[in-house]
Amino acid sequence: MTTTPPDARTDPTPLAPGAPRSGTTFLGLPTAPRGVGHLRGEQPFPDAARTALRDGQLRANLGRATTTIRGKRAAVVSEVPHWEQLRQAGKALKAATMARLDEHLEELERQVTARGGTVHWARDAAEANRIVTELVRASGTDEVVKVKSMATQEIGLNEALERAGISAVETDLAELIVQLGEDAPSHILVPAIHKNRSEIREIFRRTIPGVDPGLTDDPRQLAMAARAHLRERFLRARVAVSGANFAVAETGTLAVVESEGNGRMCLTLPRTLITVMGIEKVVPRWADLGVFLQLLPRSSTGERMNPYTSLWAGLTPGDGPQEFHLVLLDNGRTAVLADEVGREALHCIRCSACLNVCPVYERTGGHAYGSVYPGPIGAVLSPQLTGVEDNASLPYASSLCGACYDVCPVAIDIPSILVHLRAEHVEAQQRPTAEAVAFRGLSRVMSNPRLWRLAQRAAGLGRFLARGRPTLPAALPPPASAWTRTRDLPTPPRKTFVEQWTEEHRS
Amino acid sequence: MSAREEVLGRIRTALGGDRPRVAVPPLPAPRSLGRDELLDLLAERVEDYRATVLRCAPDEIPATVVRGLDSALGTGWDPAGVVVAPGVPAAWRPSGAPEDDGRPAVGLAAFAATLTGVATAIAETGTLVLDGSPLSGRRALSLLPDVLVCVVEAAQVVPDVPDALARLDPLAPLTMVSGPSATSDIELQRVEGVHGPRTLVVVLAG
Repeated sequence: MTTTPPDARTDPTPLAPGAPRSGTTFLGLPTAPRGVGHLRGEQPFPDAARTALRDGQLRANLGRATTTIRGKRAAVVSEVPHWEQLRQAGKALKAATMARLDEHLEELERQVTARGGTVHWARDAAEANRIVTELVRASGTDEVVKVKSMATQEIGLNEALERAGISAVETDLAELIVQLGEDAPSHILVPAIHKNRSEIREIFRRTIPGVDPGLTDDPRQLAMAARAHLRERFLRARVAVSGANFAVAETGTLAVVESEGNGRMCLTLPRTLITVMGIEKVVPRWADLGVFLQLLPRSSTGERMNPYTSLWAGLTPGDGPQEFHLVLLDNGRTAVLADEVGREALHCIRCSACLNVCPVYERTGGHAYGSVYPGPIGAVLSPQLTGVEDNASLPYASSLCGACYDVCPVAIDIPSILVHLRAEHVEAQQRPTAEAVAFRGLSRVMSNPRLWRLAQRAAGLGRFLARGRPTLPAALPPPASAWTRTRDLPTPPRKTFVEQWTEEHRS
Repeated sequence: MSAREEVLGRIRTALGGDRPRVAVPPLPAPRSLGRDELLDLLAERVEDYRATVLRCAPDEIPATVVRGLDSALGTGWDPAGVVVAPGVPAAWRPSGAPEDDGRPAVGLAAFAATLTGVATAIAETGTLVLDGSPLSGRRALSLLPDVLVCVVEAAQVVPDVPDALARLDPLAPLTMVSGPSATSDIELQRVEGVHGPRTLVVVLAG
């Protein structure tokens, strides 16, 4: 029972300069603008999910992958006896950071600048894209290598660079698969989780020039094909673009956590490094990394530690890039910060554990969410970044089972934020919804004993429709079908509670 | 108004005047382990990543480095193909192995293997930390050649991540290495060796 948001991703309306380009929150803070980036889907979640659920291959790929990663995570988390204590420390550190976010960002800027870096501020996706495009142009190159980054996907940086005649090469294996297949990522950690090995082989055979035609679907061979394809690009690259997992305010140290070494290639070999980072990624102190570097890999890839973590502060003569730019991105984050309940979504460290345990994500996959942030965290983050009216179906894309909250390494109470956003969406309705009308009617019946008894007797009709089955058939006529299409309605009991009580207590 | 002023202003508006005070609970203490247990744990955890761990006494480091290179490159390897970080003690170096001469970083791709020391090693997670010092070498050195041999001395091993951070310089270019380069991007099946060194050999002395 959600309203259909307008198709926003392909919104063709040109925006007049100075016109409000997005919604605003009650404090007047702007949300992420329409027409740029990937935070809005082309369809509401239920419609997109229905299409996804019909894809048997997709469901099989997802089921296998999420089962594997859940097992790995559980094993490495259970061997840490103080996991819950670490988790609470992570939660508190994030809350403390958010409470002084302005001060930490100013300190970060001072430290990065003192070590030879340049800090840029971007109000939104369009501004961040413009800053990066100009920096790449100034370097005189038309090719950049990229480290997998959620922030640059969120703002649609690759498309913006392409429009400026700059090709952006994704170097993470899964991102490369997605880019070569002209596909969209469907998972925060494993963007190609929806593809299996033989589908990936077909993409490589079709798109990598000079690839061995005898390439098999053995993951090792596929990884080697990617290594050969990217090697030369790494060695000739002059500019790299990355995201950041953490940035330490007191030292100006940036951190990128990865597995393949493509991140190290990008962070080390090119002359110029441009890092785009959401403002919520700052942590106050160096020692804080001691908490997050324990929480993240175990929750994310299910490893005690990921193969490579790179940490750098500004420039080091003779080692790595000799020009460093840090772009600090808002794009709706301050609007999220303004909501005292919803702001906890900014604590997310992008591990994706909540996707892997979510019964909804496991069945629909990431594309159905329409945003680069899928799964439970996406269902609370995307509607807040865009304003709930632009992603109105996402807060309902959950059974509220709470598995996401249980695995979240920084204990984000996702179910409570979902309920909070549903309330916000309902309150924003101009006209009463069918659900509101139904409940108003129900309230009248339940406050009148005579009407209530009559209604109960009428419900006995349901027993006739059920023909002895425990639930009513899904194909009830409208308007009841709006409820029964996606929910089981139990067959009414032979006797109501009141009838049974009266019978048993008569004597 | 500049973007900087505007974003900072939005944060102040969002938070309002009355900011919550958040108490951060103390961090759990790491396991207390004796020296031998610590080294055993490190060896076990590094091997878990399918890296090779060779343990030896401190005076056996040179011979063990050679043994590690034998296993990674096959016997009969050319010492000219093994590049050494400038701060690696002379005694550890295979004879004839050149030192990193500071050539442009991409030129290091021509070498078959690299020999470095480390800044510290984390037992719990099986992690080596390189810090860009002469002993660890610059970052590209431990990245481009396909085989990486690192010597870890017993006194460098710490129990867990927070202990390592306390020892490290936050301003240095740091690389934490946990096993060989790997990916799980295809059906979440782990494959060792993508862009970084496909073979990691750790010589653990002490």
